[in-house]
Amino acid sequence: MTRMLDIVPDRCTGCMQCELACSWVQTGSFAPSRSLIRVSVFDEEASYAPITCLQCDEAWCMNACPVNAIAVDPATGAKRVVDPLCIGCHLCTIACPFGTVFTLPQSGKAAKCDLCGGQPACATACPTQAIVYGESPQAGRWFASWGAKVDRNFVAAGDA
Amino acid sequence: MQRPMGRLLRVDLTSGRIATEDIRPDWQRDYLGGRGLAARYLCAELDPRVDPLSPANRLIFATGPLTGTPVPCGARYMVVTKGALTHAITTSNSGGHWGPELRFAGYDMVIVEGRAPKPVYLYICNDHVELRDAKAYWGQAVGATEDGLRRELGIPGLRVACIGPGGEKLVRFACIMNDKHRAAGRSGVGAVMGSKNLKAIAVRGTGGVEVAEPAAFMKAVWAMRAAMQDHPGRMAFTELGTAATIDMTQAFGGLPTRNFLAGQFEHYENLSGTTIRETRMVANKACFACTIACGRVTRLDPHAPRHLVNMHPRNWKRAGEGPEYENAWALGADCGVGDLDAVIRANWLCNDLGLDPISMGASLAAAMELYERGVIGDDQVEMPLRFGSAEALLRMVEATAYREGFGDEIAEGSKRMGEKFRHPEVFMGVKGQEFPAYDPRAFQGMGVAFATCNRGACHLRAWTPGVETSGAMDPHTPAGKSEWVVIEQNRTTAHDNTGTCMFIGGSGAPLESLAPCTAAVRGIPCSVDDLVRIGERTGNLERLFNLKAGLTRADDTLPQRLLQDAHQSGPSAGVVVNLDAMLPVYYRERGWSEAGVPTREKLAELGLASV
Repeated sequence: MTRMLDIVPDRCTGCMQCELACSWVQTGSFAPSRSLIRVSVFDEEASYAPITCLQCDEAWCMNACPVNAIAVDPATGAKRVVDPLCIGCHLCTIACPFGTVFTLPQSGKAAKCDLCGGQPACATACPTQAIVYGESPQAGRWFASWGAKVDRNFVAAGDA
Repeated sequence: MQRPMGRLLRVDLTSGRIATEDIRPDWQRDYLGGRGLAARYLCAELDPRVDPLSPANRLIFATGPLTGTPVPCGARYMVVTKGALTHAITTSNSGGHWGPELRFAGYDMVIVEGRAPKPVYLYICNDHVELRDAKAYWGQAVGATEDGLRRELGIPGLRVACIGPGGEKLVRFACIMNDKHRAAGRSGVGAVMGSKNLKAIAVRGTGGVEVAEPAAFMKAVWAMRAAMQDHPGRMAFTELGTAATIDMTQAFGGLPTRNFLAGQFEHYENLSGTTIRETRMVANKACFACTIACGRVTRLDPHAPRHLVNMHPRNWKRAGEGPEYENAWALGADCGVGDLDAVIRANWLCNDLGLDPISMGASLAAAMELYERGVIGDDQVEMPLRFGSAEALLRMVEATAYREGFGDEIAEGSKRMGEKFRHPEVFMGVKGQEFPAYDPRAFQGMGVAFATCNRGACHLRAWTPGVETSGAMDPHTPAGKSEWVVIEQNRTTAHDNTGTCMFIGGSGAPLESLAPCTAAVRGIPCSVDDLVRIGERTGNLERLFNLKAGLTRADDTLPQRLLQDAHQSGPSAGVVVNLDAMLPVYYRERGWSEAGVPTREKLAELGLASV
């Protein structure tokens, strides 16, 4: 079983420590706007949800890339951008159904979560264990009910 | 990319001129940032005698060198101006995400001058800065303004600091709200912003904060995080929030009730941290980079009386924040209201209308005392202002924000209201600003802390109940209090200058652990002594401003009720504040003359001789 980021939105307090840590490790500056994990804030619902790449089994970003610049990291199973190959065409950012592939303004190239090579900075920085890096059969289980709804509305209807 | 601290934005609303300047490096060295740096600019640029609501007043938003960094709770910014409530220098602190966003946009301070000919808001997106028409938002509540600006500008990540109707109507204790529920609360900074016709400052920044020595910095940050993680203070803040304090103040007879007529509140359990957590709270909420998350997101009891939820659809919303301890006290115990839903609702109204809940509750309590004593009659008020009336509480919050009916009197603050009705004794505060939730009769140290605080009665400049209830000191005697308050004021001020939240001190990360962070972020060695000296310098500078503004030793005093009338029952029965014993000691410890003026030697020692 591969290790993955398990996100538990109920524990999130919206402090953005994960965004700070991510931007620091990935881009070398404390700039949440360059983070590859984003906390979605729904104030009136009292809900905060960090969201980053789910490392799909069948990754749409990978399929979309015309130059095979997104590769699987053998150590972690993460899909990561191979910088020298990326031509900055933005196709992966469009293909991702979750909006978790970004283009960095400095380089114009794609950037996405690569699990920091096996030690995700966001999970380390999270003060409330809302982001846990570990072996889990159900990464993104908080997506389950939404996924079921999508299946019900679109997949099942299409089959019938 | 920017250096640790560097640029300020100067906005002249009268002419519409916008300019950036480098922050003076010598002042940065002497004051670090935040409260002190802004106070230095204010002292240099403002005649202390001006009317706070005139265009001549300056409104300064200042972050510290640790704002926007991963230092736990590095979220704070300071609003520094001459206060509308106090006519003294004021330094109102707020968290949330606005301060860090300002730094990400590339500015450490914003200085606002003049007065716009018509309502405007300031839009900052990195290097793009412009004044835009705020006609559509004038009169709108805080939540609607923030949502509206996000829609208009099309930026989901926009951070907004704005005033509500309270600030527009120049309510003397109006506050500046950011991120809907965070307030630069006290002394009427919102009224100053309203007098300038400035509705909001909307910020989006996509840059980063630069750190001079990243390796040392992250090491210091992780040392702080480790110290805080299992600290009982940190856990208590997370678990129960600030409202946990109510049990302690009640136990010591220091929970001022019904405008300080009693020291204990019979319904205090309704307002306690435990009750809020168990019955109303839905989530913890953190400010930027905060590892404590003391914020309470609450919902009303679904079975709450209809008058609570149907008061005014325009302000109704599903989940809100609060109450904090101070708000639970001011809107609850001080007004004699023990209904938690009413207190939460009133707290949300204060947030949305842009009022300081402490002064709001305390001023209403003073009005209630006037009503109960028959000074104001039924012909002057639209409903009986009886202690304990939830209806009166909710209605008067709104009436005050819009200055309707008797709310117009309350909006002037309880000092001016008391004087108008010839009963100045109902004003419970210092320098025009109402007390927060500690009865100095139960905690003598708070007496001298309130009396000497530069921005009027405030609990955030020196907090003594902790040490007074620990057994180290007797809370009812003056011994050792003045010395402690001086030390505490200096340390807290230094803390404010760094741009971090003062709660980290009580959560296992005192100034000692902040010094290495401050040193690493700037790449300049910084010891605890340096920080304390910076704090002392800042405090003395503020004092100089106040003296030039016309305040004297006579303003460092407490209401007669605290000096002469003791409580009849409870743990603090029979005790009055012995300020006469504490104040001279305080002045001596400060190195000030008997008249409370910093001596020439003291000023020279602090490098303030030229001010």
